[in-house]
Amino acid sequence: MSYKAKFRVWRGEGGEGKLEDFTVEVNEGEVVLDIIHRLQATQAPDLAVRWNCKAGKCGSCSMEINGKPKLGCMTRMSTFSEDETITVTPMRTFPVIKDLVTDVSFNYQKAREIPSFTPPANVQPGEYRMQQIDVERSQEFRKCIECFMCNNVCHVIRDHEENKPEFAGPRFLMRIAELDMHPYDVADRKDAAQEEHGLGYCNITKCCTEVCPEHIKITDNALIPMKERVVDRKYDPLVWLGNKIFKRSSSKS
Amino acid sequence: MTQTTADSPARRQRAQIKERTLRTDQWWRYPLVTFIIFTAFLVYSTWAIFDTSYFASPYIAPYASPCLATSCPEGARLFGLAPFGDWYTLPPGLLILALPAGFRFTCYYYRKAYYRGFWLSPPACAVNEPHGKYTGESRFPLILQNIHRYFFYAAIVIGLILAWDAVLALVEKPVGLGTLILVVNAVFINLYTLSCHSCRHITAGRLNHFSKHPVRYRAWGFVSKLNAKHQQLALISMFTVVGADLYVRLVAKGIVNFPFA
Ligand code: SF4
Ligand code: SF4
Ligand code: FES
Ligand code: FES
Repeated sequence: MSYKAKFRVWRGEGGEGKLEDFTVEVNEGEVVLDIIHRLQATQAPDLAVRWNCKAGKCGSCSMEINGKPKLGCMTRMSTFSEDETITVTPMRTFPVIKDLVTDVSFNYQKAREIPSFTPPANVQPGEYRMQQIDVERSQEFRKCIECFMCNNVCHVIRDHEENKPEFAGPRFLMRIAELDMHPYDVADRKDAAQEEHGLGYCNITKCCTEVCPEHIKITDNALIPMKERVVDRKYDPLVWLGNKIFKRSSSKS
Repeated sequence: MTQTTADSPARRQRAQIKERTLRTDQWWRYPLVTFIIFTAFLVYSTWAIFDTSYFASPYIAPYASPCLATSCPEGARLFGLAPFGDWYTLPPGLLILALPAGFRFTCYYYRKAYYRGFWLSPPACAVNEPHGKYTGESRFPLILQNIHRYFFYAAIVIGLILAWDAVLALVEKPVGLGTLILVVNAVFINLYTLSCHSCRHITAGRLNHFSKHPVRYRAWGFVSKLNAKHQQLALISMFTVVGADLYVRLVAKGIVNFPFA
């Protein structure tokens, strides 16, 4: 079964551009990225789109489809009705290079700002002993494919460009949580999360969780637990007193 | 590889799209429904706190429990105690209101819901918020949300008291609709309390070596299961507490009046 669908695709370079209308063939079983490729092949040879795996695993094809952040390769055309106009735009939070391709280097910058895994000095490589239950929580976060749709949808920076220097975004606050929960990581992540990476900006409205194509429970399992860990360190007089009395040097227990 | 155009000024700009959102679904429904339900809850609670028919032996309305003033009827007092003497003339419910109210106000689920439904920050995902500036919970006043765990400790006590009220009703009037309602409410209030994110953290979420704390780890697993349903439990317990409270008041006023009431 094939039909003609109406598409509106944002086209432009830098920030300047506009939505252009297309009518394009759609066949059974196709996804939005297929249609974008058909536009390239038939009507708009210079239409720019980033993609790689077509299997929802490389995180390249993030775009906004009818206003929602989605992977182009994982959004089936069968989820739309045939008479619907489908609007495709680049991610709104990052600068545009051309058409649907954005410059996501903000994310790489933020990734670099987080100190890497820091094992205790006296543990040699090969001496790590961890039980599955100790690393299970962090493994959920390792499913991330770095599509950056969570950082794109987060209103803290989506609606407030000026917050970008202060805020690492859900993707990298989750990275901090992953390391802080790691049994062999000894770096101090709690003060840094709050003071340098902007955990306090998150108001737990869960849009990152809503858009994550890997269905990682970013807010419930990373951001809120991290906020609670920060409370231990900074805002809980009882925990502070307990640590003083029992001489626990750090709250890495 | 660095692209050659990396420094061209044009690349520093986002797509200039003037629409606030291009979403075509009914994204406004969630904030609207939240706004309506929460407003109704606030209106009812305000009325209930000042309404004096909160006791219909053996039932006590949850909003007035524990009843701690001399003005409370004998049977309504917690273990017969009335630490607040004659000088206290305001509604007894006001004495404890701050605890359950603070618990819900600082709850991570309620925060999400009212930030979206009342403050529109954001109203829905990928819909621009109407505010020019945003600092979230990084500074005063919203940084105070971090005291949530203290309200959690208090909520445990309140939850136990409501369970005690239900047990008393069960003993004195085993066959009563009011008893059933109080029991159901006590169950959901306590499930809601246990499913709290702070509870999950305190149980074992703060540990990094689950394997060294097997008992706490199992408790954490249980709380985590409840926690995944935290939103549902928050809403259900909100309806059961209003339902139970209203029911007791209707019995106390004689409006509901049949043998097994
Ligand atoms: S939950 Fe926090 S990090 Fe995630 S989108 Fe909302 S504000 Fe951003
Ligand atoms: S956490 Fe999810 S939404 Fe965010 S970058 Fe990773 S896969 Fe994408
Ligand atoms: S092309 Fe790899 S995720 Fe879509
Ligand atoms: S998070 Fe909702 S009650 Fe604690």
